[in-house]
Amino acid sequence: MIAPMLASAPHTHSRFNVSRTMIAVMACLSPATAFGLYHFGWPAICLFIVTIAAALLFEVLSLAIAGKPILRFATDGSAVLTGWIVALSLPPWAPWWVGVTGAGIAIVIGKHVFGGLGQNLFNPAMVARAMLLVALPVQMTTWVQPLRGDTGPTFLQSLGITFMGSPEFDVVSSASVLSQVKSQLDAGQPMDRILAELGGVQDQLYGFVSGSMGETSALLLLAGGLCLILLRIITVVIPLSVLGSVFVLSGAAWLIAPGQFPPPQYHMVSGSLVFCAFFIATDYVTSPVTGTGKMIYGIGIGTLIFVIRSWGAFPEGVAFAVLLMNACTPLIDEYARPRIFGRTRSGKPLELGDES
Amino acid sequence: MTIFPLAGRFDPARLFSFKGGIHPETRKFLTSECAIEDMPVPTVLRVPLQQHIGVEAEPLVARDDMVLKGQLIGKARGPVSANIHAPTSGRVLAVGHFTAPHPSGLPVPTITIRPDGDDRWGDRLPRMRPESADPDEIAAQVAKAGIVGMGGATFPAAVKLNLRARYDLHTLIINGAECEPYLTCDDRLMRERAEEIADGIGIMARALGVKQVIVAIEANKPQATAAMERYHRVLGYALKIKQVPTQYPMGSEKHLVKTLTGKETPARALTAELGVVVHNAATAHAVHLAVRYGEPSISRVVTISGRGITRPANVRALIGTPVAELLAHCGGLAQEPERLLLGGPMMGQPIQNPRVPIIKGTNGILALAASETRDREVMPCIRCGLCVQVCPMGLTPFELNTRIKAGDLEGAARVGLLDCITCGCCSFTCPSNKPLVQTIHFAKGKLAEQESRKHQQEQAKRLAEARQERQEAIAAAKREAMAKRKAEMAAKKKREAEAAAAETPKNGETVK
Repeated sequence: MIAPMLASAPHTHSRFNVSRTMIAVMACLSPATAFGLYHFGWPAICLFIVTIAAALLFEVLSLAIAGKPILRFATDGSAVLTGWIVALSLPPWAPWWVGVTGAGIAIVIGKHVFGGLGQNLFNPAMVARAMLLVALPVQMTTWVQPLRGDTGPTFLQSLGITFMGSPEFDVVSSASVLSQVKSQLDAGQPMDRILAELGGVQDQLYGFVSGSMGETSALLLLAGGLCLILLRIITVVIPLSVLGSVFVLSGAAWLIAPGQFPPPQYHMVSGSLVFCAFFIATDYVTSPVTGTGKMIYGIGIGTLIFVIRSWGAFPEGVAFAVLLMNACTPLIDEYARPRIFGRTRSGKPLELGDES
Repeated sequence: MTIFPLAGRFDPARLFSFKGGIHPETRKFLTSECAIEDMPVPTVLRVPLQQHIGVEAEPLVARDDMVLKGQLIGKARGPVSANIHAPTSGRVLAVGHFTAPHPSGLPVPTITIRPDGDDRWGDRLPRMRPESADPDEIAAQVAKAGIVGMGGATFPAAVKLNLRARYDLHTLIINGAECEPYLTCDDRLMRERAEEIADGIGIMARALGVKQVIVAIEANKPQATAAMERYHRVLGYALKIKQVPTQYPMGSEKHLVKTLTGKETPARALTAELGVVVHNAATAHAVHLAVRYGEPSISRVVTISGRGITRPANVRALIGTPVAELLAHCGGLAQEPERLLLGGPMMGQPIQNPRVPIIKGTNGILALAASETRDREVMPCIRCGLCVQVCPMGLTPFELNTRIKAGDLEGAARVGLLDCITCGCCSFTCPSNKPLVQTIHFAKGKLAEQESRKHQQEQAKRLAEARQERQEAIAAAKREAMAKRKAEMAAKKKREAEAAAAETPKNGETVK
């Protein structure tokens, strides 16, 4: 008999590993993605594929430069997922180089400059989104109406839209819900008229509105997020605290000044709030690890989103809110520690007879 | 139907156990229906003198001595130690050293016996009637029988039975959780020997002088629960049989106490300080045999399992039986095992040499095939926080790991390194397959080494200082003596001079 391997306990392992986690997140994202791709047609599909391919390419290049094992790390799914999230947050008919730039920023600056998988301080996809938003305000805010089952541009036309930058097809551009509310409010329109123009909340809930490629359908994103929770990939804490704090703050503001603030249900279903709550804020690497820490982090993000949406220069504040709270994560982790078994929160052994 | 029966069924222990923990695949089905079988006397027995926590026993036999079954061959030394008895009759081949059943593979003092095949009993311990025996007598009998905690901790049972002298004990908990995957030896023992275990529990309860007794069994062992429930009254004690959730590490003493009583044992304290003592179910069985029949602890039930075993089984084997013979008894190895373990897959010890013997704390021998063990590929930490979620001690294993890797052992100790019970939940669950608990193990050893070195240095420094002080004192005394002598000499000279001065005029006069 060959002497067996001597390795210390435990000798068994759960079935989960990094790539399975990434694949599960992608699976949960796919309903909302499929909906977005269907409703924004061929140009969206082209952009989606180009962005993910670019993310993978940048990942391979970065790994090669860093001298890390390419096959093992490039196939772990993290680069594809980052590219996927970047793509979903782009305007669906944006030209190809926006997607490639976004993927490059996310993978190279957001991730590998910090040391690769697990080392980045900021959420790579949000770094890309924020930089694109600041650097390319026109391309990043050119929205199109969903096709709603119309034929839309053909495959060849859409190649022209994505790659040539000269739309042969008439782009039916429109504002997203949040930018519409913002500009109308700035123009001094009363809130009830703005709301009447926007139409019902249902369209936003189902996703029949203009917006980023994969962020329009709040309902499908919610379903995917619930699957993530059921698969135990994320806990309920971050989504609940993000959504809860936005709801409470916007509700309070709306009750105080209904003429100035849209009602909370508009906040809940518009923009990338649901996407952020379940898929972006819950990014493992850049969020705190303990329950208390996650709660602080989630409430921080929700509050910042509401503040930026209401008083900031941008109609949507998800990227900035997430990045700001990412920066706080090490601090939160340092202070929000779990209580050690048999000790008080301050680390002293429990007193005998202490019924806790 | 009123609401009261329902309210009575509500058991908070089943809802609120403890924070963290994992649910590994138990794979107990491999052996859970295998009745305990007796292993024939093997060709050779190697009985280590160190089978317990504490000082090794002192050998009482020499080479070529004939020993009888149950004869005392190793005498306990010191307050935390245990007697060792001959598991069968035969000739002592050697009193020397043999590889320990431990991953280190270091030699430990071992008595090797060649059984003569007669299995002849020598003098047994005197039988006792626990109904009328004094608690001290029971504890003394358990000590004589050399019984140690059979769940794997191998703490001498008699020492725990004597805790009543120091603590106000009110509850005895019998640990039948058996939360390690694969292992079914306690399950089978409870199913087949429920009456004897119950009797042993009663005896221990009497020795401890407790008021209530709880038998905790994980919910995945309904037959064992049913079997134990038939003996709910022994020696005047009502046994409360409680199902606890199937959750690893339920068998950890402090977590079991927390689940059953809701009380959390303070860090660095014993459960006895809460008035609770925990004993293993197999220990109760050994106590029954020792007290009722005067049989010392010379055999135990071992689960032999894993995909590498041809015929997984539960075997009652003599202490000292080589692992290789037990494997052969179970049809040998079906395939080359990736890992050969003593104990369960979560906390078991890997061994390299199958000739090592089983000891009183060995509850399982597992031959795990590659498909049952972990991958070797390690990915970077992605800070998913699963290790924090599952840690039953409320630690942050990924952070400990980072600090240890950076060489910051003091920092790791500050955030709870020494509170780790090395249950392995973190390593089990880590999606990046990082060796978290293994690193913590290493750091604990390293820290202990540093502490002892520091202690040694301090000792040496103290000795050096004491020496210097002594030398200074000697020198000072010498100086003082010198000064004194000088002063004396000076005084003497002065006196002489004075005397001379006084005499001179006289002389002068006489001269005149």
